[in-house]
Amino acid sequence: MTRVDPAETFRQEAQELLEQLETTLLDLEQAPADRELVDAAFRALHTIKGSGAMFGFTAVAEFVHGFETAFDRVRKSGQPISADLVTLALQARDHVDGLINDPDADTAGGARILTALDAIAPQEGGASDASVAEPVSTAAADGVAGRWRVRFKLPADALAMGTNPLLRLDELAEIGPATISALTDDIPLLDELDPECCYIGWEVVIEATDPQAAIEDVFLFQGDDLDLEVSRIDEPAGEAAAVPGDAPEEKAAPRSEVVTATSAPAAKAALLRVPAERLDALMDQVGELVIAQTRLSELTADGAPPALQGIAEELERLIGGLRDTSMGIRMVPIGSLFGRFRRLVSDLSRSLGKEIEFVTSGEETELDKTVIERLADPLVHLIRNAVDHGLENPDARVAAGKPAAGTVRLAAIYSGAEVTVTLTDDGAGLNAARIRQKAEENGIISPDAEMRDEEIYPLIFAPGFSTAAEVTELSGRGVGMDVVKQTIEALRGTIDLTSEPGRGTTITLRLPLTLAIIDGMLVRVGDGRYSIPMAAVEECVELPASAVDRRGRDFLNIRGQIVPFLRLRELFRAEGETSDFQKVVVVSAGDARVGLAVDQILGNHQVVIKQLSRLHSGLNSFSGATILGDGSVSLILNVAQLIGMGAMKRTPAGIEEREAA
Amino acid sequence: MSDRLIFRLVDQMFAIEASCVCEILEVAPVTRVPGAPAYADGLVNVRGRIVPLTDLRVMFGCERRAADHDTRIIVVEITLDGEPLTVAIMADAVTAVSDIDERDFQPTPSVGMRWPREYVRAIVQRDDGFIIIPDLSTIFEAISRSADRSDIPEAA
Repeated sequence: MTRVDPAETFRQEAQELLEQLETTLLDLEQAPADRELVDAAFRALHTIKGSGAMFGFTAVAEFVHGFETAFDRVRKSGQPISADLVTLALQARDHVDGLINDPDADTAGGARILTALDAIAPQEGGASDASVAEPVSTAAADGVAGRWRVRFKLPADALAMGTNPLLRLDELAEIGPATISALTDDIPLLDELDPECCYIGWEVVIEATDPQAAIEDVFLFQGDDLDLEVSRIDEPAGEAAAVPGDAPEEKAAPRSEVVTATSAPAAKAALLRVPAERLDALMDQVGELVIAQTRLSELTADGAPPALQGIAEELERLIGGLRDTSMGIRMVPIGSLFGRFRRLVSDLSRSLGKEIEFVTSGEETELDKTVIERLADPLVHLIRNAVDHGLENPDARVAAGKPAAGTVRLAAIYSGAEVTVTLTDDGAGLNAARIRQKAEENGIISPDAEMRDEEIYPLIFAPGFSTAAEVTELSGRGVGMDVVKQTIEALRGTIDLTSEPGRGTTITLRLPLTLAIIDGMLVRVGDGRYSIPMAAVEECVELPASAVDRRGRDFLNIRGQIVPFLRLRELFRAEGETSDFQKVVVVSAGDARVGLAVDQILGNHQVVIKQLSRLHSGLNSFSGATILGDGSVSLILNVAQLIGMGAMKRTPAGIEEREAA
Repeated sequence: MSDRLIFRLVDQMFAIEASCVCEILEVAPVTRVPGAPAYADGLVNVRGRIVPLTDLRVMFGCERRAADHDTRIIVVEITLDGEPLTVAIMADAVTAVSDIDERDFQPTPSVGMRWPREYVRAIVQRDDGFIIIPDLSTIFEAISRSADRSDIPEAA
């Protein structure tokens, strides 16, 4: 096992914490008064500070200390978080991010942020009163000191996790005069005792005025496993009389929370951090194993002793399971990506002066980690485009009778073996005339070409088509939509676009669930063998005799529906024997269907997808290749591309062309 | 001084740097790639990797021949646009590995060559005829460019 650099561990951890912090801050923007969010932000900061100092990231720790101090004042003030504070906190978050990578980065900028934070955070004096006053206003009103009993028991692994109970006790003692006694009931017999376990609980009796908040602060970082009870032992008669019913309820609240919290850890699954390369290596090996297993199955299929066949079948089942599990390990919810875009939209909204409502759905949809990673840049580009070019300025929107705030929707949903990601804006829609003009200027289409609007829109994906007439700070910085399209296609996905003038634009991405291994149908065309992704296959039918006369009638009638089909023999200029019983494999993507006429269907097999080299990357008809059981290579058909070809045949012009030929 | 692998295409000898040769295979099953240009229309399985097979004979305007027992597939690793690329080259025979000094390189004659000049880096005179030193990077750049444009015609 490789030894992990502790600094690297800190970086990774900090990265996660910073992401959490960002999400929390953005949530706070929506719900400025949510105390739990404020606490969560504070905890994240505190942890970064602590581990930063521990791993020698002094600059980080110092800056975060300032950040945390300001935030702590906000927390204690109990006042809602202002939008300005969120903006500043986000800047501070970015600064921390920078500091982790380069401790000397922009110290002046850091100081500026801290000063600004300091200025904006509520001042200590009056604020702390408010903090106590708000949650337990009734009790605070009379301000009589009382005796409070705090019973707590740390989680068994607390010592192993680095918690020092003495510090907790010291902090409790600082709240007021305290009597501390240990609860030793749970200490087991000596031979059952694990010296690293914390068996002791404590009871602390404190004399103080309304110490609940302070007590909770002491255990703020203890997480959910803590067993904590706070109760008042001698209620002064005056208070009880003054606020009958109210005070006990207030105190009951935190206790009931503790009860629910203790049961939570059972549900929380243990997580393991694994370097991505190991997953890639695992996937490669499973791929090789699948190929070897296919060969074994072919060898044992005919004439092998039953015992051997039994083992081969058992192996096939096991390896199938192993394949699914290994692929499952690589699946990541797309929400991890969506989270990042909230920040992007929030920044765009500020810098462009456009009000934007960013709505996401389907965060739980899972995709291969590689797909998610490679999807980030194209989506950033598309979102920028939607916000920058799609959404109008608030004035223009109001003038057009729309709400001033534009809406950008990002949604993910499963559809078969694919995931569909749609990005919708309710902006002005694409300007067909301008796209056309641009395409003519760049020589993408000839000026006399007759095109409908729907045919013009996709031109923005053409190489060499640059975006907006005016290049703004945000979009149009060289990365064109053609790069977006290429990236999506490299992932074996497709990109579609619809737009309605004045109503907005929708971009639809269809992505395969996984890049590595799929189920395939093996077919023979002439002397070549090709694989068709099984997920795309709808059904197989006999090539009807009436269609074989090929008088331009390459359409099938499947239960009353007209489905165009392609003769792969002709398309691939295949040689070798044909079959008297050709089959048509009907494949679909989205709503479109096409039939593929093949000589023979050879069976199902597992396809370990290998990318084609750059010498063949221009061949859109194939999405990759795979190695068959006998060691030969089979090309994988790109169903989306073939469906596109089939759709073109649907037009009357295509039929005439064929008949003339 | 460097070791070079000498191979034959039709009746002409060629030499490439032995250091870029990964391995030499006897005939392997070749998968034809529909729509790819004829000089790069094959795929072979080289120990679990799928490698494109190129036919320089076609590229140089010669006829493609059926494989015989001398036919070999030379797997080379070259650099294309700054990235490594593994390709296989069909050869009618692989004859030897031999030291050829770069000082013996002679400029390509302007006339009398049936091989396109732009793909020839130099020639080396030997007792039994001359050997062509091909310019592999120019050749594969040309293949990669033309392959980028190729595809199955949409109306078959």
